[in-house]
Amino acid sequence: MEIEFNTVRKAYNVCLPDSSRDQPWTLKSYQANGGYQALEKILREKTPASEIIEALKASNLRGRGGAGFPVGVKWSFMPRDADGQKYVICNSDEGEPGTCKDRDILRLNPHALIEGMTIGGYVMGATVGYNYMRGEFWQPYEVMERAMKEARQAGYLGHNLLDSGFDFNLYSHLGAGAYICGEETALLNSLEGLKGEPRFKPPFPATFGLYGKPTTINNTESFASVPAILRGNGKWMNSQWFKDLGVENSGGVKVFSVTGHVKLPGNYEIKMGTPFSELLKMAGGVWKGRKLKAVIPGGSSVPVMPAINIMKANMDYDSLQQNGSAVGAGSVIIMDETTDMVKVLERISCFYFEESCGQCTPCREGTGWLYRIIRRINNGHGTMADLDTLLDVANRIEGRTICALGDAAAWPVQSFLKHFGHEFEAKVMAMDGLYAASAGRAGAAANPANATADSA
Amino acid sequence: MLDKVLLSDASLQEIDNELDKYPKDRRQSALLAALRIAQEEHNWLSDELIEYVAEVIGVPPVRAFEVATFYSMYDLKPVGRHKINVCTNISCMLRGCDQIVNYLQNKLGIGFGETTADGKFTLKEVECLAACAGAPMMQIGRDYYENLSPEKIDTILQALP
Ligand SMILES: Cc1cc2nc3c(=O)[nH]c(=O)nc-3n(C[C@H](O)[C@H](O)[C@H](O)COP(=O)(O)O)c2cc1C
Ligand code: SF4
Ligand code: FES
Repeated sequence: MEIEFNTVRKAYNVCLPDSSRDQPWTLKSYQANGGYQALEKILREKTPASEIIEALKASNLRGRGGAGFPVGVKWSFMPRDADGQKYVICNSDEGEPGTCKDRDILRLNPHALIEGMTIGGYVMGATVGYNYMRGEFWQPYEVMERAMKEARQAGYLGHNLLDSGFDFNLYSHLGAGAYICGEETALLNSLEGLKGEPRFKPPFPATFGLYGKPTTINNTESFASVPAILRGNGKWMNSQWFKDLGVENSGGVKVFSVTGHVKLPGNYEIKMGTPFSELLKMAGGVWKGRKLKAVIPGGSSVPVMPAINIMKANMDYDSLQQNGSAVGAGSVIIMDETTDMVKVLERISCFYFEESCGQCTPCREGTGWLYRIIRRINNGHGTMADLDTLLDVANRIEGRTICALGDAAAWPVQSFLKHFGHEFEAKVMAMDGLYAASAGRAGAAANPANATADSA
Repeated sequence: MLDKVLLSDASLQEIDNELDKYPKDRRQSALLAALRIAQEEHNWLSDELIEYVAEVIGVPPVRAFEVATFYSMYDLKPVGRHKINVCTNISCMLRGCDQIVNYLQNKLGIGFGETTADGKFTLKEVECLAACAGAPMMQIGRDYYENLSPEKIDTILQALP
């Protein structure tokens, strides 16, 4: 199987293999680079689950799916010793616009995910795992299937792993096209063969998850980070090593997908806390020698940042938050000086409108309102009152819905208006000017360029 | 017993393999996969086929209809031999998917949601497919095509049977 490798621009060999490695998706290559050492040691020595949880807590690994919840803490919520079936589930739904890291982990480093999930099963007392991949991920699915077969043959998956008495069976499950299935409870419903509608929380999945059983859901990158953390760079369970790669509150390395108006788009596995300016430099800078206008640092759901704010921020949870946005899924969307911000927001709003599952009125109706108003403004039919309505609708969605898709639809609107409101006003005024001009002077309406200049 | 058989033995076997992934009393978990397998065999999901899949899985037809209408990858009317899914989300937009869309629409003479007269191609607009570093991109069938240009599209389409 030939797999293109060209989207990995920088690797730290935690989740992304570097390009010097031949066929990193094979068991052989993975083992030659320390793979499955952690699992073998755990199974052989029957390492107490609590020790692994403590190591993960100390590593400061935070969930890479968007919310940044500490992985060790989440794993400790599972009633490990309770009777009955428990599940670990990997969220490989990867649908947040701008995000393309999990696909590379699945294609290039499938065994890291398998090892991470198996360790998760051991720690949380779960003997069954599912990897939920979005339906479009055929190639990753095939790579995963083949890797799982290799792992089964080597005794890392299946019954009585390496004679330890511990079982762990892992299965791939494909979605069928729905962004909302990335929300963890919608994902559970989808796995049960239902529509992907999020559930009310509580109860949380740790008590009532898949088929009503205790369940832990983590992102692909979260699971895939675990083996390297436990290997501790040569010193067993030295998870402090990982923590120290990053900064306070943001441990380790993380994959950032850098896309948009940049010279070298791709995935960059870099230390948390790296200044954005450095990441931009690694990515070859803004393309075509242009100037930076704005960046969405964590996927379409997080607030947009004007160049001046992002240029002083570092790529970690605290710094991005202090500067008005969030790490999200680590999807850094670069926009140059020529970008039409109204058009960008129109596309983002269209997305949330399309993908709202429709359960909650504020989200179902509100996302439609947002999209229609922004489209109207972009088409030159907006009014000044529309700008207030937009903000009003966004504010009324935020915090009033079952899942965070509602917030995710509201935040871009609020932040685009806050930082680039003048572009929205300009589009409205261009039209107002046009109407005023056409009322006074026949002919001006035929030439919008003149009208714009007049009113400016 | 099913009075009519709408799926080949190979498809039914594939559905059985999917069912093996889930607890015995949780057959509905294989519903998404079963619909996909049925669609792959028949090109699209007719009402009759959806009902048949529901019967194979052992759920009321309404469950299968709910799922078939909720997810975007199911086709509820016939599509071309090759379904071209073009991503128009932000990262692809910033790297010129408009030009790609125009080129495809002109070349094929169809808009989004339409099928060429010879039944060869259907064009579809899709949301981010998680290949943003290779923007602009599209998926045809199971394969991703990245860093598209008009010339590249010519080569890709020409190679399709
Ligand atoms: C609308 C929506 C979409 C989401 N999509 C994804 C996704 O594609 N992948 C993912 O890992 N998490 C996604 N999440 C977050 C998950 O609900 C969940 O928090 C995450 O999978 C937990 O894993 P982590 O703690 O390892 O990050 C989404 C959340 C929302 C509200
Ligand atoms: S917020 Fe939107 S996507 Fe989430 S449950 Fe409500 S309607 Fe569905
Ligand atoms: S925006 Fe097109 S693949 Fe992500």
